[in-house]
Amino acid sequence: MPSGNFGKPNGVDAGGTPIAGGSKSLALPGLVVLASLVVLLLAPLFFNLGSSTGAGAAELAQAETTQPDEAESIRGRLVITEDGERVPVPGAEITVSQGNNIIGTAVSDSDGQWQIEVPAEGIYSVSINVNSLPEGMGLTDPDRQTLTDVSVSEGQSKAVIFRLGEAVGSSVSRVERFANLFFSGLRFGSILALCSVGLSLVFGVSGLVNFAHGEIVTLGALVAFFLNASEGGPQISLLAAAVPAMLITGVLIGGMEIGFWRPLRDRKISLVSLSLVTIGLSFMLRYSFAVVFGTDFRSYRDYNIQDPVEIGWITTTPKNLVIVIISIGLLAGLGLFLMNTRSGIGIRAVSANRELASVAGIDVSNVLLTVWIIGAALSALGGIFYGISEQLDWLMGFRLLLLMFAAVILGGIGTAFGAMLGGFLIGIIVEVSTYWIDSEFKLVVALVVLVAMLMVRPQGLLGLKERTA
Amino acid sequence: MNWGEITVDALRTSFGVTAAAYALAAIGLNLQFGFTGLMNFGHIASLAAGAYGVAIPLEEGAPLWLALLCGLAASIVVSLFLGLPALRLRLDYLAIATIAGGEILRLILRSRWAEPVTQGVYGIQQFSDSFFDLNPYPTGPTDRIGIGDFSYDGRSLWVMTVCWSLVIIGTLVVWMLIKSPWGRAIKAVREDEYAARSLGKNVFFLRMQSFTIGGVFGALAGMLLAFDRNVNPDFYLVVFTFLIYAVMLLGGAGTILGPIVGAILYWFMFEWLDGFVLSSIQDGWYGEALEESDAGPIRFVLLGLGLVLLIVFRPQGIFGKKEEVLLSDS
Repeated sequence: MPSGNFGKPNGVDAGGTPIAGGSKSLALPGLVVLASLVVLLLAPLFFNLGSSTGAGAAELAQAETTQPDEAESIRGRLVITEDGERVPVPGAEITVSQGNNIIGTAVSDSDGQWQIEVPAEGIYSVSINVNSLPEGMGLTDPDRQTLTDVSVSEGQSKAVIFRLGEAVGSSVSRVERFANLFFSGLRFGSILALCSVGLSLVFGVSGLVNFAHGEIVTLGALVAFFLNASEGGPQISLLAAAVPAMLITGVLIGGMEIGFWRPLRDRKISLVSLSLVTIGLSFMLRYSFAVVFGTDFRSYRDYNIQDPVEIGWITTTPKNLVIVIISIGLLAGLGLFLMNTRSGIGIRAVSANRELASVAGIDVSNVLLTVWIIGAALSALGGIFYGISEQLDWLMGFRLLLLMFAAVILGGIGTAFGAMLGGFLIGIIVEVSTYWIDSEFKLVVALVVLVAMLMVRPQGLLGLKERTA
Repeated sequence: MNWGEITVDALRTSFGVTAAAYALAAIGLNLQFGFTGLMNFGHIASLAAGAYGVAIPLEEGAPLWLALLCGLAASIVVSLFLGLPALRLRLDYLAIATIAGGEILRLILRSRWAEPVTQGVYGIQQFSDSFFDLNPYPTGPTDRIGIGDFSYDGRSLWVMTVCWSLVIIGTLVVWMLIKSPWGRAIKAVREDEYAARSLGKNVFFLRMQSFTIGGVFGALAGMLLAFDRNVNPDFYLVVFTFLIYAVMLLGGAGTILGPIVGAILYWFMFEWLDGFVLSSIQDGWYGEALEESDAGPIRFVLLGLGLVLLIVFRPQGIFGKKEEVLLSDS
């Protein structure tokens, strides 16, 4: 390393650089923030004063973009009649689907308008999310929440109508709404916890941040899809398919540890490089899924339509209950394994201090292999559960990746218990936050928790302090 | 299979607007990652800041120079928001924090809450007239400049001219920065934070400065991409940052010319493979196994494979020096 001005102890940047140096650099960023904030805040004022013609042109451009073009679409305007006046209803969620594939969702704008483009002429079903309507508002006919057989002809922009009025009968109390969101969070959290354990343990044992972990989740879900619902597959029930899918995923990922990661570590490739390798791997896997599985949303054959059950304040489907129960059971089992068995204690020892564990006679590479396999199998099950409670597609795991990071950082990266706790907490935070704020911000909430946790307590709730060094 | 056509198409793309913008963005990322050792996975936030920063004022009728200033200011604000908390973190935590920061920005930009300003999911269109008013090239529907198929329409050529000029200026700026004492200081931070600190360097400010300058290059790239197409929030995905990493690593992280060569070569190979895969599917090389719609995903599979092989077998990229690469443990 050339050591230029290192001899001058007081000079951060000793002259000749365009960057402010020395003590001045303390004040500079602050000033820049202030100046740029002022510019940003004042800028709109100037524009409005000096540009009456420009604004007109901009409005015209905007009007053009919101015009429906010749592509097929489904649209509508949500209004409610109050005192004889038609008042638009903004913020309601509408979903268009065809079979099991969600074509698109839209939210009504400030004028109550919504529009969803569809790929081609055909028969679609359109549904409105009643929970997204303002409180006390509902459909005048609760049975018409989903309109099936909406036919769109070529080039048509089909209008459909949802009649809104005061919510009848089905009005949901605040407590019930909160309880249902909480349960929904518990369901999502148990999926996240299952998926995150592997990510966290692999980091704990090897220090690798695996950006391809989402693809393990997708892999498990898709293997189960092949066994359960693929035309060329054995078409066994999902219950019978889940265990083999977990095993296959575990074996594949374990094989990858032996055949891929071990040789790379033997080449003394740094952890930073290995993280970038996982990015390359995630591209390979994700787009391979796109080739093999296609880019549509699909579902398993089983458990698609279930009658809801009511437990206290909560209304849910049996499948979601089973998901939560199995997840908690399995994670508790994993906890017992980690606390009481020899391999489990080995895993925790290596996570806590690799060198010390190695000196104490623990076979670190064996522990790593175990961790990859257990993590992959649990992620596979998480993927299957995610596929059951929502839908399958090639991006499902990648979509969960940032939430998994949030979970492991919140709970404490490197520990299994941290990942479980973090998974449940993030799941619950994400869902319950929609009680107060718009659901389009629920991911933002999780990511803000992630960043905030890194600021205040990077080792996480259950992590070891030494990790932050 | 028409080899000549595939090659000329690839060549055209490798010097096109997108390649130029990738080079510019990679210059910024290279300053952050290659020279300073900051694993910034939220570089896309700078591009988004530049794009929205320039598009919103222009749409409101501001003059071009003011809009450009707003774009730069927006990128500096975003860099500070992202950097102030994140740059104190260890390498791997920094990566996770910045990836989250970039995604937070995108989700806010596309939200209904921000829609009055950002047009939400629809994005901002047709704001770039004042930029193209400066275009000196002919823009008639049949005007193409170049030799045979290796030619561009006047509109693209104008964006390309600006963008490649900025790439050259940016490369010179980075070259001067790296040769200066400041450049040696940030490399010291990369090599050994504690050694730099013990010699009186303010590691945090050096990082912040490098992060912000790198973000400005990203913002310029974002602006030019915004002029060339439109502004849409779903363009600024996490994956985009990964692609800029691929460009930078291909040329060689921590080298002066790496971003330029990386961008040209990356786009040449990517487009050539695209043409090759598509033609070979059309020619029925694989029978029924692959359809034409598979060509798009397959090139990303090959991209991922290429990235893995590159890091494993030539971590210094084309130009890098092996001993000066963050990627290999010294």
